[in-house]
Amino acid sequence: MAKSNAVTLPDYQVERIGSQIAEGETIKSARPHALTDAIFNYCPGCTHGIVNRLVAECIDELGIEGKTIGVAPVGCSVMCYDFFNCDMIEAAHGRAPAVATGVKRVHPNNVVFAYQGDGDLASIGTAETVHAATRGEKITVIFINNAIYGMTGGQMAPTSLPNQVTQTSPYGRDVSAAGYPVRISELLSTLDGVAYVERVTCDSRQHIMQAKKAIKKAFQNQIDGIGYSLVEVVATCPTNWGMTPLDAFQWLRDNMLPYYPLGVYKDVVADGYANAAEAALDRAKDCPIAQQKKED
Amino acid sequence: MADNTQAAEERVLMKGNEVLAEAAMRAGCRFFFGYPITPQTELAAYMAKKLPLIGGTFLQAESEVAAINMVYGAGAAGGRVMTSSSSPGVSLKSEGASYMAGADVPGVIVNVMRGGPGLGGIQPSQSDYFQATRALGHGDYFMPVLAPSTVQEMADLIYEAFDLADEYRTPTMILADGMIGQMMEPVTLPPARDPESLPAKPWATNGHGGKRAHNVVNSLYLSPEKLEDTNRERFERYEEIKAKHQRQELMTCDDAEIVVVAFGAASRIARTAVRDARAKGIKAGLLRPITLWPFPTKAIDQVIENGAKHFLSVELNMGQMVEDVRLAAAGRATVDFYGRTGGVLPTPEEVLEQIEHLANGEAVAPSAGGAKAAGSVLPHPIDRKSSYERGE
Repeated sequence: MAKSNAVTLPDYQVERIGSQIAEGETIKSARPHALTDAIFNYCPGCTHGIVNRLVAECIDELGIEGKTIGVAPVGCSVMCYDFFNCDMIEAAHGRAPAVATGVKRVHPNNVVFAYQGDGDLASIGTAETVHAATRGEKITVIFINNAIYGMTGGQMAPTSLPNQVTQTSPYGRDVSAAGYPVRISELLSTLDGVAYVERVTCDSRQHIMQAKKAIKKAFQNQIDGIGYSLVEVVATCPTNWGMTPLDAFQWLRDNMLPYYPLGVYKDVVADGYANAAEAALDRAKDCPIAQQKKED
Repeated sequence: MADNTQAAEERVLMKGNEVLAEAAMRAGCRFFFGYPITPQTELAAYMAKKLPLIGGTFLQAESEVAAINMVYGAGAAGGRVMTSSSSPGVSLKSEGASYMAGADVPGVIVNVMRGGPGLGGIQPSQSDYFQATRALGHGDYFMPVLAPSTVQEMADLIYEAFDLADEYRTPTMILADGMIGQMMEPVTLPPARDPESLPAKPWATNGHGGKRAHNVVNSLYLSPEKLEDTNRERFERYEEIKAKHQRQELMTCDDAEIVVVAFGAASRIARTAVRDARAKGIKAGLLRPITLWPFPTKAIDQVIENGAKHFLSVELNMGQMVEDVRLAAAGRATVDFYGRTGGVLPTPEEVLEQIEHLANGEAVAPSAGGAKAAGSVLPHPIDRKSSYERGE
């Protein structure tokens, strides 16, 4: 096989694809070990595929595949239990944070992540999301916000934009009747249990690299016991938005990003604290009972 | 009792709900997820106090829905785990129970029943029989349902429930009621088992460590054929449970012509009534199902062979188990029902009266009403008028 690879192939890749490489061919990118050989079921132009891969790359780079347990949602990424090579659990709609809590309490030294869409995380699972966050569960949550229910054919999501046309808001989301989109990163950043919240997107190479950095940090925080971390990825759904992939990314830039600004919404470490608990203690510094030390 | 893994068998006086908690810990349960509700309160309170002392986890969830999904996660991760609730809360657990069954995740669910429907009341009831024995949630599944009638059985049955759940990879229910949950009785607590000594769970999602292929815990099968296959496989396990695990207590059933069928709190009342009937020379017996699912059909067959002509199902509801008695009797004997509902308990005399009716070849009286029978004025139980129309 070719030895002039642009990246050094790990052994498993040699086993996987080594025989397919012709003399003189160059490999520029290898499939992460944390992804199985299963073919993604995502539509062209959907950012789930990119984010699945970023999560897998982070798992590889942190060397945690063997101790990681992922929780899949209900929605377009429902089948991601077949895509990730780590142990996986399929949760009921919206319940991934509760399931992840159960796993993490049994195996506190393992790495547990939930991968969820907007209907799952911000509508039917809002209670589970808010409470896992406020408990400061030491889990990592990857939140795909594409402002629509994809799997069921394009219904209005909790994050659908004002006036956005969907199957169940055919005249556009009427905020006087359907209310306003839920801004999860802003909401969760107010909770004491939360260590880190960042909103990213995947519309460009630069943004993809930033998204990966955020995802990796969200995993590293868990490994370091810093607290609950969530990365919100502003994502596309060309199929249900009724657009070409290129138009979808433009629509995302034009409409999604002004409503859902990118950036870090909370980072206790950057704020100078060791972890979420320390930051919470400081915030409540004038509350005597909250300052009581627990005696063992 | 802090070092629970070392606790030996001991005789104590304890409340039913607390015994459920203590015996669960002794069975090796180290994870409890629940949400406050009456009348199971003492169980969760006991767990909150004791579990942390033995290295376990007590977590008050944000809802019953979250609690059962935490049970699903902890069970999938290989933990010995339980939750407890009372009727309205158990309805909320139906989603998680269905996923546990579909994904073959073991765990124990306790229902200390109260009156319903809706918010109902907080007095003892057995009106969740259908819900429990028809498996709570959506889809093709059942779960073993064990019904204690004494505080001692609270200990014995929950101790076994965890093993049953693990062996058959199924959610398993303890169906108790507010009466047994709240009463104190002497109980012999079983010796504590070390969770480390329990059989391994190679299917659990606990991190593959690079030593095996990834485990997936899942109930989604988009191929109809595959879903049918998994359901058929599960029902083969159910057949095995039916064959091996039907349990009941029979009292004076060898020559009984009238067999009272009652479980849990109702069986304690029925027991007295059957004894009194025997004292009057009536050939009465008691068949007390301990497993409600699987229903003890073999015992029904046996008492019919022994000469039973009449069954009387006595329940704290409007008549639920009576349907299983009818199915099991399959026309070979008459089947009648007597019950009180809403949290009202029948007296042994009321039940005895019905046994006497059957002995005399008379019809069983319809169950007496509660406040109405007592002569008080009910607000508007069957009044379909609005309060405005009634001039209120």
